[in-house]
Amino acid sequence: MESLSSSPPPSPAPAADTIRATALYLNVFIVAICGLVYELLAGTLGSYLLGDSVTQFSLVIGLYLSAMGVGAWLSRKLDGELARRFVEIELAVAVVGGLSAPVLFLSFGTVVHFQVVLLAFVSAIGVLVGLELPILMRLLEGQLAFKDLISRVLTFDYIGALAASLMFPLVLVPKLGLVRSSLAMGCANAGVALWGTWLLAPQLAKRVVGLRVRAAIVLIVMIAGVVTADYFSTWAEDEMYADPVVYTKQTPYQRIVVTRGKAGFQLFLNGNLQFSSADEYRYHEALVHPVMAAATAYSGPPKQVLILGGGDGLALREVLTYPTVEHVTLVDLDPAMTSLSRHFPALAELNHHSFDDPRVTLVNDDAMVWLDEHPGQYDAIVVDFPDPNNFALGKLFTKLFYRRVRAHLAPAGAAVVQATSPLFARRSYWCIADTMAAAGLAVHPYHVTVPSFGVWGYVLARVQPFDPPTHVPPHLRFLNDEALAGMFEMPADMTHVPVEINQLDNQALVRYYEREWRRWE
Amino acid sequence: MLLGAPIAAQLACRSHARALPPGTLLETGMTRGHSLVRDGHVPVPQRTRQVGVAIVGGGVAGLACAWELKRRGVTDAVVFELDDVHGGTARGGASAVTSYPWGAHYIVAPQASGEALVPLLAEMGAIESYAADGAPIIDEALRCREPEERVWYLGRWWEGLYLDAGASADDRRQLEQFKHEIDLWSAWRDDRGRRAFAIPRSAATDDPRVTALDKISFAAWLDGKRLTSPRLRWLCDYGCRDDYTLTAATTSAWAGIFYFAARQKGPGAPSQTVVTWPNGNAALVAQLAKSARIETGVTAVSIDDATGRIIAIDRDGPIAVDARKVVVATPAFVANRVVRSRRGQPHGDYGAWVVANVHLNERPIERGRGCPPAWDNVFRDSPSLGYVSATHQRGRDRGPTVWTWYYAFADDDAASVRRKLAGAGHAEWAEVILTDLERAHPDVRDRVASIDVAFWGHGMVRPRVGSCWSDALAARSQPAGNVHFAHTDLSGLALFEEAFDHGLRAAREVAT
Repeated sequence: MESLSSSPPPSPAPAADTIRATALYLNVFIVAICGLVYELLAGTLGSYLLGDSVTQFSLVIGLYLSAMGVGAWLSRKLDGELARRFVEIELAVAVVGGLSAPVLFLSFGTVVHFQVVLLAFVSAIGVLVGLELPILMRLLEGQLAFKDLISRVLTFDYIGALAASLMFPLVLVPKLGLVRSSLAMGCANAGVALWGTWLLAPQLAKRVVGLRVRAAIVLIVMIAGVVTADYFSTWAEDEMYADPVVYTKQTPYQRIVVTRGKAGFQLFLNGNLQFSSADEYRYHEALVHPVMAAATAYSGPPKQVLILGGGDGLALREVLTYPTVEHVTLVDLDPAMTSLSRHFPALAELNHHSFDDPRVTLVNDDAMVWLDEHPGQYDAIVVDFPDPNNFALGKLFTKLFYRRVRAHLAPAGAAVVQATSPLFARRSYWCIADTMAAAGLAVHPYHVTVPSFGVWGYVLARVQPFDPPTHVPPHLRFLNDEALAGMFEMPADMTHVPVEINQLDNQALVRYYEREWRRWE
Repeated sequence: MLLGAPIAAQLACRSHARALPPGTLLETGMTRGHSLVRDGHVPVPQRTRQVGVAIVGGGVAGLACAWELKRRGVTDAVVFELDDVHGGTARGGASAVTSYPWGAHYIVAPQASGEALVPLLAEMGAIESYAADGAPIIDEALRCREPEERVWYLGRWWEGLYLDAGASADDRRQLEQFKHEIDLWSAWRDDRGRRAFAIPRSAATDDPRVTALDKISFAAWLDGKRLTSPRLRWLCDYGCRDDYTLTAATTSAWAGIFYFAARQKGPGAPSQTVVTWPNGNAALVAQLAKSARIETGVTAVSIDDATGRIIAIDRDGPIAVDARKVVVATPAFVANRVVRSRRGQPHGDYGAWVVANVHLNERPIERGRGCPPAWDNVFRDSPSLGYVSATHQRGRDRGPTVWTWYYAFADDDAASVRRKLAGAGHAEWAEVILTDLERAHPDVRDRVASIDVAFWGHGMVRPRVGSCWSDALAARSQPAGNVHFAHTDLSGLALFEEAFDHGLRAAREVAT
């Protein structure tokens, strides 16, 4: 560093000025790192949350660079008190850039036009960063020949860019995560601003203290942000999942986590995988089409459909492919989950914006209570709850619950229940099937293979004894008549085992489930 | 500014949290009872009316009597209740969120189809089917949902009332031995085939080998069996506080064993299912009340057992009620003031209770510490009995709810209860309740909308040593002239099933 700055300028500067210049080059370096990191963060967030990384990165880079151009152009309008302006711009970059990732994460679940917010941040940061260098160069103007000034400043700027592009994938994302990285860069910008109040003291003349206090406050806020960033996602949580976490929300009902990897994105509720976009079609086609076929065989195409659970809207998507369906009521406990399914672009795309279909009525309530309080009969009922790994869920698999389902089934209608894995949790699976039978339903167990889950089980039911369906609609991705027939054949290691009936006052299923899945963890 | 705002907001938040939630003190008829009955003054009535059977007291015993009379074709019975609400300590309340109990909140499932409660439960649609042995199977929606109980101890919740975690080999051995002793009693039959302990107790034996247990305390009986494990003794003490307002040291051993053995069909059998409703036994009260003619706000101050004439005070003043038969379905301390021939006679000892309904906007965060929310939630180191969640049975596991918090003045006599209560208004109770709940729910204050508090000064008769089997107790059930008696305290202990049994007995006496 000494060797760089000690090369003799045309008119030798005093030692103090040399040190000051060196320090300002260091500022250029830091500022350059921060600027590029914000850009990379925005691009990464955009592609995590909205998908289509080529478009997102292309948009973010283009907009960012052009915004920098705007900033550079605006810089000539700033005259007088340049040192003060520099410190203020640094503070603004610290606030806007530092808070960009947390704010974007927060707004994602609630803001409908997330892309607009994202691009607004990118533009604002771009403009501010575009102001930085021209002003720094003007601050150094009198001290160096123009050719030396431009070569040194740009050298540090480009080296900073290299450092940022290496730090981002190797250190920041894996070690800090997106939110913390953003706040850490905010700290760096605020630090530069605070340092600048000393470094540029001769040019600041008066009112230094006020500026210093503001810089200190921003720095403290950013540091506090880094410390409390667990609110958004934790290192521990990130490590739980194979792919980067792009969305987390603790609702009063559950913890929702969305991750995104090479194979698409995954939804986790309380740490349990609900689907992977790569193979969910297998699960949802196998869930919905057999029950629709069974209902059709006995009562004609279903008109009134009830979905209990299924807040991801994916079973709903399959149901809505039937033009004969007149009305679907979907009852899911968690408004945050159904809102995510509706507004999270990638998820809304995956469920074909099914919640916006006029045939759909969404109810956020506990299915157990809702069934008790609402009359009505349905031609098909799809029961798609998370696995019974706690007592609150366990009640939704009891004889009492299935009696209520039965009471809501049209005389010739059919119902289906997702019933965990008959291979990994054989007793749990048969406990569900036997409990449904004990509630007075005729049942046909069946299963399917979903790569993300393994072998998965369902139970098809009607009030009257019936034959398994033999025809599904053509042109499905996974299910055809041959696969349908195979699903109802139970291999030897998944056949019936004697089990207790799951009732409200014994919750036998939760105990089976806990014991069986513990073996695989 | 930048830093000041959040701190100010936080302070505002704190001072808000310190403010106690609003709520009311429930009137349980005590004031009216004290002012009209205790002073002994009998006004001269200006009006007279005739009724067939006058039932004085609209608690479970009185309502059961009215219910049974209706079933027996007696249509001219009227229930007179001093309070503005019937149901006694089995009454309930309701909010927009849920209904909830104000006192008694469960019964034990009948063991056989012949039991007196079965027709009532059948009438309510509470019986799903009958087992092969004829035992009624209670509707699944009413069988207490798992997890039934949990205990807060050392910073986490443990499933069940008996604290198994950390129990030594000796603790476990003693628990097994205790269960064995209970098994022996549940298998025991006298030469007429009657059980040692049964609900109601009128179906059980009066064999001196069993009744002798009334002469010693439950604690002495446990000591005699060398059952000294602190975990087991806590369980026994808790049971005595919860059901009797006593501790094991003051409870009759007969009543202590009754608590465990009467609920068990036979040796090794699990305890009979707990049957409950969101509003507790108020659901049973509502069913009984359907067929009854009830007049509230009517206080009987004097009953002449020779003539059957009642002097009462209703909303219009004093009135004479002439009845063919009178059933006094009040606790003995009231009966012994108003029934002429009973005046001045001794009555049993009664325990005081505070019951609070805590209305929550949202449930406290569970933080994943141990057993998830149960129906009955007990704090191991608290003098309270914990709380029951009104939404548990219904299956509403999130959002607003009502917790019914119970405090029994165990062992305390009336004078020391009065001392403890001196100056305790709503605010004091709200603070006590919140502090108690904070043991396990540090964030509860922010979630409480209101707290309603009821004080039951004579909440239940207490089965003290020597009080469950005495000639005096037996004599109290005997009619005097045209006056018959029905109340759970005639059993020496307070249970829905006992009150019901006495109500039915009185109805049989009156109807013949």
